[in-house]
Amino acid sequence: MTLQNRSRLFVFIFSFLVWLALTSIRDLEEVVAGLLVAALVSAIAGKFLITSEKSEHIIKRIFSAIKYLFKFLWEMVKANLHVAYIVINPYLPINPGIVKIKTKLTKDSALTVLTNSITLTPGTLTVDINPEKKEIYIHWIDVLSKDVEKNTKSIGGKFEKLLTEVFE
Amino acid sequence: MIREHIGMVFILLGIMFDFFGVLGLVRLPDVYNRLQAATKCVTFGSAGILLGVFIKQGFNNFGFKALLGIAFIFLTSPVAAHAIARAAHRSGIPLTKETIVDQYQEDNELKD
Repeated sequence: MTLQNRSRLFVFIFSFLVWLALTSIRDLEEVVAGLLVAALVSAIAGKFLITSEKSEHIIKRIFSAIKYLFKFLWEMVKANLHVAYIVINPYLPINPGIVKIKTKLTKDSALTVLTNSITLTPGTLTVDINPEKKEIYIHWIDVLSKDVEKNTKSIGGKFEKLLTEVFE
Repeated sequence: MIREHIGMVFILLGIMFDFFGVLGLVRLPDVYNRLQAATKCVTFGSAGILLGVFIKQGFNNFGFKALLGIAFIFLTSPVAAHAIARAAHRSGIPLTKETIVDQYQEDNELKD
C-alpha cells in the first residue's frame, strides 16, 4: 500500500469513529450517512495527514507530545491571567509592536503547531511566516526587546525543543 | 452531586474569562491588540464552559460533543486570528500610536 492510501485509510477510520461517537450507532441511516461522509472526506483531504514513512521512537514521541500538552496548558493559563490583568488595570499598561523571531523547525505540521501555540500563549500573536527564511512575525502586546536572537529564545525557545522531539 | 458543583465552577470560570475578553475588545486600542484579547480569553473561556458541561454530563453522547468542541476551538481560533491580523496588516490598517517597533513593515519583501 502506498503512503497516500495508508494516510487515506487512517483518516477514513478516524473520521468514521468520530461520527459514531457523535451520533447513535443503532440507527442504520446514520451509519450509512457516516460511511459516505467519511469516504468523501478521506478522498478529498486524506493524503495530508501522514507524510513521512518513519515511525521509530513512537513511544518516546507520544510521551514528548503529552509533556508538550501539559506545558502548553500551563502557559495558556498564564497567558489568560496576563491579559485579564492588562484589561482590568485602569492605566492599560500596553507596549505593543511587531517583532521577528527565527525557528529551526522544518516540517509544515511542526510549524503549524508552533505558531498556534505562540498565538495562545502570553501576549503574543502570530501575524505572518516566511517559510524560505524560517522567520515568524509576531505581534507582542508588551515588547521587552527588539533583538531577534533574544526574542527567539524568550518566545519560541520554550516550545521548540519539545516540538523537535515530537515531530523530527 | 459533587460532579455537578465542579462542573458549575468550571462554567463560572469560563464565563469570567469570556467577560475579560469582551472587556479587552472594548478597551484596547487597535485591531491587533483587540485580537490578542479575543483569541486568548475567549478561547480559554469557551473551553472552560465546554469542560464544565462535559464534567456535568459525563461520558455520554452530549459530553463527548463538548470535548470535541474544545479540540476544534483550540485548532481553529489561532488560525482565524492569524488570518485576520495578516489581512489587516496587508491592507494597510495602521498600528496604534503607542507602538514601538514594526519589523514586519521593515522587511517588506513578503508583500507583493
